[in-house]
Amino acid sequence: MNYIASIGSYFIMIKEVFKKPTKWSIMKTLILKEIDELVYGSMGIIIFISFFIGGVVSIQTALNITNPLIPRNLIGFATRQSVILEFAPTFTSIIMAGKVGSYITSSIGTMRVTEQIDALEIMGVNSLNYLVFPKIIAMLFYPFVIAIAMYVGIFGGWTAGVFGGFSSSADFVEGLQLDFIPFHVTYSFIKSIVFALIIATIPSFHGYYMKGGALEVGKASTTAFVWTSVVIIIVNYILTQLLLG
Amino acid sequence: MIEVDNLHKSFGESHVLKGISSNFEKGKTNLIIGQSGSGKTVFLKCLLGLFAPDEGSISYDGKIYSELSASEQRNLRQEMGMVFQGSALFDSMTVQGNVMFPLGMFTKQSKSEMQDRVDFVLKRVNLVDAHNKFPSEISGGMQKRVAIARAIVMNPKYLFCDEPNSGLDPKTAILIDNLIHEITQEYDITTVINTHDMNSVMEIGEKIIFLKNGLKEWEGSNKEIFKTDNEAVTDFVYSSELFKKVRQMYIEERN
Repeated sequence: MNYIASIGSYFIMIKEVFKKPTKWSIMKTLILKEIDELVYGSMGIIIFISFFIGGVVSIQTALNITNPLIPRNLIGFATRQSVILEFAPTFTSIIMAGKVGSYITSSIGTMRVTEQIDALEIMGVNSLNYLVFPKIIAMLFYPFVIAIAMYVGIFGGWTAGVFGGFSSSADFVEGLQLDFIPFHVTYSFIKSIVFALIIATIPSFHGYYMKGGALEVGKASTTAFVWTSVVIIIVNYILTQLLLG
Repeated sequence: MIEVDNLHKSFGESHVLKGISSNFEKGKTNLIIGQSGSGKTVFLKCLLGLFAPDEGSISYDGKIYSELSASEQRNLRQEMGMVFQGSALFDSMTVQGNVMFPLGMFTKQSKSEMQDRVDFVLKRVNLVDAHNKFPSEISGGMQKRVAIARAIVMNPKYLFCDEPNSGLDPKTAILIDNLIHEITQEYDITTVINTHDMNSVMEIGEKIIFLKNGLKEWEGSNKEIFKTDNEAVTDFVYSSELFKKVRQMYIEERN
């Protein structure tokens, strides 16, 4: 019963986020700040992880090709497919749920326990619009992060494949170009936009409606990460079935 | 003027406010006192519109809050200033940023006009050198002053304070009390303060409401509280030996 109530509260929160907008001159600054915090600030970890994940996919594919009849360009093909379809959008989003999600929950949760949100409300500010809307807009830039994750992941795969002696550069590049379906990139971007909205709103919900003190802020961050990840996994399944099934 | 009529508020089984009626006059410092759990904070949050009463009404200069539309309620809230117990300053903003926040949000003033206003209110609360400091870099007393400055920067009609001098040393607590009292008279604001502090009661309580178990047990001024025979009030106010002696001296002096 609590879950149903929480889902209801979540959608009410989303509705409130778009009511009574904050003055544009202030909102503009908030959006730029959130882009810096949530998107630009995550680039380092995303690039680092994508590079090595791409490399590992490449090595594991190579090590599993035991049949000499299977062409070596499969390494590039498998790396491309894995990175574009799943590792860049989904795996990166799970990491972002941890990094960005916990930041969102703890920052809003701290504002809740220190009565800063009450202060906003008493001033007549729509606190949900002020706090959550800029995060949603900032996260709409998330597909750019995913595009970079795709590029770096494939580059990591190429680096590991070529310099690890598993494949020639020509074979790898041939594999990358083999049976390429552009819609797979579109599918990946559609997923990343949906995941971006999930990453921006579920942690905000857990931070905004939390009760208690400092300890509960930590608990709310953990809960937010768990629920964001669960929802991403479920939505990933549904979108894959709808778009590729 | 704020008029409260038969205010009830419950949370589940717990009936916190049980029909409180009173009024708070303009230009006066009104105090709400009572033991912990007596319903003071819930009462204040009802006055602020943060909790909707289950029954009864609150009107601000004749406008009944519950009958206003959501946008009218937000507009009314812009006429309220609030000083929180923990100051509730935005910790990512400087002192100047905190005080300027409502101006930037709700007025069309130019940057220099806002700066002048911020300088004025910070000077009014005796904080002239803290503009660029963050809340974590200043003392509790200074944070309270910033909170007062932020609360009055929009020239509010109503000022609410939740235990404004808790956690402060006695000297700073008196300074904060006097500052709120002076501002109330100077700007003709309706001020409501939630407090446990008996110095505040004696010094600035032009009107005092004593709550007990969600009911209004007693109402009067700081002069009348010396004379009251209400046992619950005297037990609460004169719980310390010092205040018992003060009261005894006052009564002897009068006789």
